[in-house]
Amino acid sequence: MAMTAAILAPDAGPIPTIVLQGVARVYGSGESEVKALNNIDFTVQQGEFVALMGPSGAGKSTCLNVLGCLDRPTAGHYFFQGVDVAYLPREQRALLRRHFIGFVFQGFNLLNRTTALENVELPLIYRRVPAAERRKRAFEALAQVGLKGREQHTPGELSGGQQQRVAIARAIVTKPAVVLADEPTGNLDTTKSEEIMQLLTSLNREQGLTIVMVTHSNEIAAFAQREVHFRDGKIAYDRPIAGAQAR
Amino acid sequence: MIWNTLLLAFRALRRNLMRSLLTMLGIVIGVAAVIAVVTMGTGASLSVTSQVSSLGDKLLFINPGSNQGGPQGGSAIRQFNQKDVQAVAREVSGIDAVSPSVSSSVTAVFGNNNWQTSVTGVTEEYFPVRNMAVVRGSVFNQLHYQSGRLVCIIGKTVREELFGAVDPVGSTIRIGIAACEVVGELESKGQSSFGNDQDNVILAPLRAVQSRLIGNEDITAISASVASWADNAEVKVRVEQLMRDRRNIGVQDADDFRVMDPTEIAGVLSNITGVLTLFLSAIAAVSLVVGGIGIMNIMLVSVTERTREIGIRLAIGALEKEVLAQFLVEAVILTTLGGVIGVALGLLASYAASQALSFPFIVSPSVVMFAFLFSALVGVVFGYVPARRAARLDPIEALRHE
Repeated sequence: MAMTAAILAPDAGPIPTIVLQGVARVYGSGESEVKALNNIDFTVQQGEFVALMGPSGAGKSTCLNVLGCLDRPTAGHYFFQGVDVAYLPREQRALLRRHFIGFVFQGFNLLNRTTALENVELPLIYRRVPAAERRKRAFEALAQVGLKGREQHTPGELSGGQQQRVAIARAIVTKPAVVLADEPTGNLDTTKSEEIMQLLTSLNREQGLTIVMVTHSNEIAAFAQREVHFRDGKIAYDRPIAGAQAR
Repeated sequence: MIWNTLLLAFRALRRNLMRSLLTMLGIVIGVAAVIAVVTMGTGASLSVTSQVSSLGDKLLFINPGSNQGGPQGGSAIRQFNQKDVQAVAREVSGIDAVSPSVSSSVTAVFGNNNWQTSVTGVTEEYFPVRNMAVVRGSVFNQLHYQSGRLVCIIGKTVREELFGAVDPVGSTIRIGIAACEVVGELESKGQSSFGNDQDNVILAPLRAVQSRLIGNEDITAISASVASWADNAEVKVRVEQLMRDRRNIGVQDADDFRVMDPTEIAGVLSNITGVLTLFLSAIAAVSLVVGGIGIMNIMLVSVTERTREIGIRLAIGALEKEVLAQFLVEAVILTTLGGVIGVALGLLASYAASQALSFPFIVSPSVVMFAFLFSALVGVVFGYVPARRAARLDPIEALRHE
């Protein structure tokens, strides 16, 4: 509760984007109970670039689902910009995602047979942005990720790296409070991975975009400022990445 | 809200154009069938009534034979005679003219051509009463009626079969055993609503047919035209009474003759076509429902196939009701569009049929409206279950779906 007080205190500096407090996520019950997350505490400040790391099954993906309000914790608190959103009903969580969160997935998850432009427009349609502004912002977002001139290409006509750029454009077009990336380079080769990571770091540095990224690769995590290491549903360590500021 | 939903739905349908078109097909066929059946049924019904009444709606047909139908058993049919004809003409009030006739089936021969047809012996009253005219030559004159010489007027079919395009007037054909000069050709009447060819006839003077071809003085049919001031049904009753008296039929006994009123027949026939149309429409409506189930089926499959897409939408922040609305609107767009195309195809088909079968082409706006609204309703009803399934997906599961 001390943490809550700290958040609500007016003189505690800027409100952190994300605060997890004693968060647990338990699947099943009794004998077959699995604690995917076990009493997690961590904070992401606005403008941070955090890598969630750990072996598979350690809980990093579950954690990202909770952060993205796709899943609800079974215990604890999740303060999103100071508001406890852990147990909101389905509709409210959807609205939260719509207005504050952008997603980038390992498998790109673009709508196929749909142009890059229309893919990027999609979140704006749900936000009821008028058509003219919607187009303008989608064009801008695609330009930002270096896809100017590819607006009318469908995912089938784009390389993996370009598809992930479209996905990033879709995530940032709404100017979200945080972008959650789940293994964003998992399906890409080393060169493309590096390009995507450079894009994310530049968005983080130049636009002040807050990014929380799940990865199991140290090389990819090295692009972040801070790594949170998961093991068996708990945070094993949480530390700044050396040399992150130097790049 | 509605524009957003329409936008999302249209973009989704466009992505899978082929599937969208195939989904629509069931509804297109169902609606087209309903529209075609109803439109053709209405046309056929009208055509039957108008053809029957084209015989003349102030007309009675008097035929010997029982009203019960079926084979006449052992007893021969008691035919009419000339006295019966005179009695109908003189004693029944409300009758303008009486046309007695006798028919016999014959083979007509000209040169190398022969043709199976029937010859009808008629009097001069036949032409006005039956509303007949000639296109070539002339009708019979008094001399023809009285002389007993066999002359004839042939129908268009008989002319085509025996003479081809040649003018038959003045030629002599053989009817059965007798030679017969052709003096005219009848105006074509085409197919009757009962399906028989009204142009496959040979007309000849009554007395000549009786003496030269048949060999007795029987009259096998009487047509009587009813005066314009008289009522068909009342005159019919009077004719029946007269014939019962003349034929000594006891109070208990059934008539051994029939008096038919074409307007009555027209009524019965249009009733029959009406029932038939209703019946066929019901079958067609079943195909519409089947089309709707087809839509539900494809939508359900498509929800499974589009699980990932739905996951993306939900993750991006689509509400459950927005996904529901999108899928529902997709279904309604498909069925409504299918309805429009079906109406167009159905009307086109029935127009073609009406041209081919020379029916009138009558579009019933209420049926078109009904088909259109029904197909939209099919979309709502059969789109709901798949749409709800899509909306209730768990985004995490849906995104993991391969």
